[in-house]
Amino acid sequence: MAEEVKLFGMWGSPFSRRIEIALKLKGVSYEYIEEDLQNKSPLLLKYNPVHKKVPVLLHNGKPIAESIVILEYIEETWKTNPIWPADPYERAIARFWAKFFDDKCGLAAWNACWAEEKEKEKAMEEASECLKTLEGELKDKKFFGGDKVGMVDIVAIFIAFWLRVLQEVVGADLLTPEKFPALFKWSEELVGCPIIKENLPPRDRLIILFRARLESSK
Amino acid sequence: MGEVKLLGTRHSPYLHRVIWALKLKGIPYEFIEQDLDNKSPLLLQSNPVHKKIPVLIHGGNPIAESVIILEYIEEKWPQNPLLPSDPYEKAVARFWVKFADEKGLSISKVLQSSGEEQEKARKESLEMLEIIEEHAPGLGQKKFFGGDKIGMVDLTLGRLAHWMGVTEEVTGVKIMEAGKFPRLEAWMKNFKEDPVIKENLPEFKDTLAVMKRHRETLLASK
Repeated sequence: MAEEVKLFGMWGSPFSRRIEIALKLKGVSYEYIEEDLQNKSPLLLKYNPVHKKVPVLLHNGKPIAESIVILEYIEETWKTNPIWPADPYERAIARFWAKFFDDKCGLAAWNACWAEEKEKEKAMEEASECLKTLEGELKDKKFFGGDKVGMVDIVAIFIAFWLRVLQEVVGADLLTPEKFPALFKWSEELVGCPIIKENLPPRDRLIILFRARLESSK
Repeated sequence: MGEVKLLGTRHSPYLHRVIWALKLKGIPYEFIEQDLDNKSPLLLQSNPVHKKIPVLIHGGNPIAESVIILEYIEEKWPQNPLLPSDPYEKAVARFWVKFADEKGLSISKVLQSSGEEQEKARKESLEMLEIIEEHAPGLGQKKFFGGDKIGMVDLTLGRLAHWMGVTEEVTGVKIMEAGKFPRLEAWMKNFKEDPVIKENLPEFKDTLAVMKRHRETLLASK
């Protein structure tokens, strides 16, 4: 029986792109279904009734939601090019950093860029603290995963790509080579990787999206 | 394999997730009680990022975040598995672990707040219960979320079996109305009656006293 893999996603979503990158890195063929998040499809609502969000992976008709849960599943199901560490302790550390990123960093960085004047300073400080922590963890490694791109790199890719575009649009200087040299270098390396670079949203399209949001918030 | 140490505070629901996992798998460990108002060098060293409990230290290697600790325990000690072996069933379980872990925070917020903020937290907690009652697979058909045996979803929801009741009594705010959640209520009864869980829950009145003090201190500082 041919294996059927479908992914419900949204072109600009970093969570959705995480899954595409993982599938591509492992050479898994899949059918991509673009969702209009302002007008969610009946299928999406059926496959993720609890959160009604993307991404949702459908494997042989069975749906899985929540990007980290999907990444764990992908690793277990398709063993080529492992993106998680093999050692259980290393894996626990990777899970820790993925959670730290998802619970704190991504949101802090996003909020710092969109914060109104009176909350801006505090939000920027919070986001900088997160980036500082990530910088400390990266140290002199090429990637969070070591020499190769790993799970934490894929999870944190929001910082490497989306944040850099966003901060330019809103005029925030959160991630700079002066403030966070290791993290900045990492962002260049990561975004330059062959499979990764082909699976990021088009920069100009993202700029339009962010600019529209900036305009509507004024 | 190396000795196991567990840093925690006696009445923490997160600590108990880990205690239950260790007990269910028959893993000996040393509990080292922590004073969160006066954090020990060991805690700060073992969890420099969050400075929180629980922290598991295995053969000198520290792991923080209760759900991550549970996954580690499951991988290192495969006896009495807490997750299904089938990758899809495992993914479904992980989905509900994440849901219970994240949404369960609303119950803490009920304890930690008052007025409008508390009402918002109560509504969020209620929503969580409604979603679990309606959508969680296996609930009502099997004894536990994990099937016939306790699994990771059960452990992550363990907060409902003790701490939710404490919160309701301390605050006078009702979160789970009797009769409205038949499947969840049946699960709670099964969970609390399991010998390992029963033997490893603090006394209700003790947790009550601790949480009451905790609430008073928090509200006074606001």
